[in-house]
Amino acid sequence: MMITRMNRSFRALSAGAALSILLAAAPNAFAETPKDTLVEGFAFDDILSMDPAEAYELSAAEITGNTYSLLVRLDIKDTSKIQGDLAESWSVSDDHLTYTFKLKPGLKFASGNPITADDVAYSFERVVKLDKSPAFILTQFGLTGDNVTEKAKATDPNTFVFTVDKPYAPSFVLNCLTATVAEVVDKKLVQQHVKPATPTADYKYDNDFGNSWLKTGFAGSGPFKLREWRANEAVVLERNENFYGDKPKLTRVIYRFMKESSAQRLALENGDIDIARNLSPTDLAAVEKNAQLASTSAPKGTIYYISLNQKNPNLAKPEVQQAFKYLIDYDAIGKTLIKGIGEIHQTFEPKGLLGALDENPFKLDVAKAKELLAKAGLPDGFSVTMDARSIEPDTGIATTIQQTLGQAGIKVEIIPGDGKQKLTKYRARNHDIYYGQWGNDYWDPHSNADTFTNNPDNSDAGTNKTLAWRNTWTTPELDKETKAALFEIDTAKRTAMYQDIQKKYLEASPFIFLYQQTEVAGYRKDVKDFKLGPSFDTNFVWPISK
Amino acid sequence: MSTVERKMEVRPKKGRTAPILMGVLRFLVVAITTYLGLLAVTFFIGRVIPIDPALAIAGDHAPAQVIERLRREMHLDQPLYQQFYFYLVSALTGDFGTSVLTTNPVMDDIRRVFPATMELATVGTIIGAVFGVPFGVLAAVRRNNLIDQVVRVIGLVGYSVPVFWLAMISLLIFYAELRWVAYPGRIDIAYEYTFTPITGFYLLDSAMQGQWDVFWDVFRHIILPASLLGYLSLAYISRMTRSFMLNELGQEYIVAARAKGLSETRVIWGHALRSAAVPLITVIALSYASLLEGSVLTEIVFSWPGIGFYITSSLRNADMNAVLGGTIVIGTVFIGINLLSDLLYRTLDPRTRRK
Repeated sequence: MMITRMNRSFRALSAGAALSILLAAAPNAFAETPKDTLVEGFAFDDILSMDPAEAYELSAAEITGNTYSLLVRLDIKDTSKIQGDLAESWSVSDDHLTYTFKLKPGLKFASGNPITADDVAYSFERVVKLDKSPAFILTQFGLTGDNVTEKAKATDPNTFVFTVDKPYAPSFVLNCLTATVAEVVDKKLVQQHVKPATPTADYKYDNDFGNSWLKTGFAGSGPFKLREWRANEAVVLERNENFYGDKPKLTRVIYRFMKESSAQRLALENGDIDIARNLSPTDLAAVEKNAQLASTSAPKGTIYYISLNQKNPNLAKPEVQQAFKYLIDYDAIGKTLIKGIGEIHQTFEPKGLLGALDENPFKLDVAKAKELLAKAGLPDGFSVTMDARSIEPDTGIATTIQQTLGQAGIKVEIIPGDGKQKLTKYRARNHDIYYGQWGNDYWDPHSNADTFTNNPDNSDAGTNKTLAWRNTWTTPELDKETKAALFEIDTAKRTAMYQDIQKKYLEASPFIFLYQQTEVAGYRKDVKDFKLGPSFDTNFVWPISK
Repeated sequence: MSTVERKMEVRPKKGRTAPILMGVLRFLVVAITTYLGLLAVTFFIGRVIPIDPALAIAGDHAPAQVIERLRREMHLDQPLYQQFYFYLVSALTGDFGTSVLTTNPVMDDIRRVFPATMELATVGTIIGAVFGVPFGVLAAVRRNNLIDQVVRVIGLVGYSVPVFWLAMISLLIFYAELRWVAYPGRIDIAYEYTFTPITGFYLLDSAMQGQWDVFWDVFRHIILPASLLGYLSLAYISRMTRSFMLNELGQEYIVAARAKGLSETRVIWGHALRSAAVPLITVIALSYASLLEGSVLTEIVFSWPGIGFYITSSLRNADMNAVLGGTIVIGTVFIGINLLSDLLYRTLDPRTRRK
């Protein structure tokens, strides 16, 4: 009797379980992304602000690059050339100090307000006065809060005049103006959202130039407008009907936050996203094998390197630095760990930039390295630590390097950690060896040349904390050459100067460059005209259709 | 679990003079101490982490003067005790400041993300209780029999397998292979811009508005992570139910009931389970609280925009305002549910009030 009863209960229970499973299974029509909407899976956890005067992160650059206009842009087909965006034409005075831009007539912001030279001047003014992280790209031309309204001003509604403090190479000035920090904001709209601020010693102005609103707001004129950014959830772009150029074919683009490569691949395979942006070599290989999917790639301006802190006496020896360059198995790293996502590259200017040097003279050569170590008085090697982020492929590469260094007796202890933690230590110059990455700040060779050579004050309190400073290394000769290249007007000569600096760097420097990042993306085959751009702010979504 | 087992032994020593009031008072003391401890631990962990928050915000390329200015704005240039003071004052006044990551006031963020976690934990607990209680009863009745062994194995797996691993495997099976469920997030993009939430509980909101297609979509999103959480609490609930039931089934009144000729069903489900229900409420409430705070990994794997996800992203970005706010809210809920279940237990079970 009892058994029957219990069986009945148990039957009811199993029926319930089965029913709930059936319920979940019933309609197999799982959602595909709508035809007029593009969905990208993207790890954009670096975004901190969408205000062009403040945004300085790679993912933010991609979004503002699609939603804001600039005076001039890089020609993405040939990045050594500049083309007009808002500007119809421009001229440089004979003394190379004054740049005059004529705006295209009849342009409008997404809000419907007309775009005038006054908006451009205001955009420059707020960048300089707010003085956030990327402001130096403009202030390096001698702009200060006191002189900006005079040095960057509208002389009539269609003419913007920009005056620099020294006769820089025009290619340098124009390249800097293609950076996201020079994006033009809608003055009228921004001023409706300005908040009062209390002037302090650090900040002399009585308002915030709309910064707190623009962190998540939008006042641009690009092909898309920013509808919403929810940190680590989604970025939603909508077509800007007031855009002056070819209007995007899609009405909406959604970047959906997805951190993991495997999750992105799953969602891509199932049609829940159209594009997967952060694929590991393994997942990329799987995507390439899938008939419904395709992949694309482009070299990016990010280079990976190890640097030797000169505070460590062993690492300060030139022979040791040279030995390190022969103790890395570039071939093995290229063939496995960075397959499809990077390319061996041994100089500091990434391929695609003016003056990039495509020379990779170093190969793993333990015997030669041992000779060099013996010459340095360290025939048995030494012990040292290396800081590396605990993410792939960094960990794998660090381990490989540890192993090959070991072959010459250099015992490396890898200290793993979070990226921001490593950075804190690096900026305090507390490392021995640092394994990390560097992306140029703006599309000009000066950006990297400067950070890798310039170190005017090598004390711990030094104010110019470049990468040369972080590694306690000074190279006044090369720095002088870098500065000279800034004023070389002949582009061919300027190119040769940067190449010369890099050659000297290959010979003697405590930096060992490993590879340049290749950005990859997997996409569904129904996505048309999707290309990755040469820089992080040129991954344009407006040509795409489905 | 240890909390519950200990509670089983606790017998108030005072007489009938307002034992509930005494309980509340004692609890308040414990709660306040826990609170202060929570604040101190959060604060010092935030300082021990070798990440410079100003640097984290400014980024790798920021000039030194920008970082210096940020450091001043964030009071990082002041002595530690003063920083702790700022921290305490803001926390105790309920002002958690602005999140660096989202640029919103932290409380606004939490108001937005917390319902997502609550909805997930609620559905998870319902699943856990609906299956866990009967499983536990059956296991007790069929002690050492096949059902008992099966329930024990289910529980063991629930205890010993890491939740993120289970989450990934279940995604692989039910999403990647079988395509029964949706992924990722709470709701499909097709609805994200046509559906307006009211309470923040999407299942409830869509049902209230009669948008059954949205309801179905939300259901397809929540069912897998909720089942997973439900499974975890099922393991716990069924084990506790089993031991409560075994305890009850050995009591004299059960023998008496059987002797009276009551049917076995009534004896088990009507008498024994009813008596076991009181401690079970505590078990279920505690399990609910632990799902609220313990769903972090599940939320990450399922891209579930809840509080666990929020705190994790904040931590990664050294966004200490958000971490503090999130921790305090979760702490409050945990302490609150503990208090409630404790009170319920005292009110419902007369034995705890007996001398």
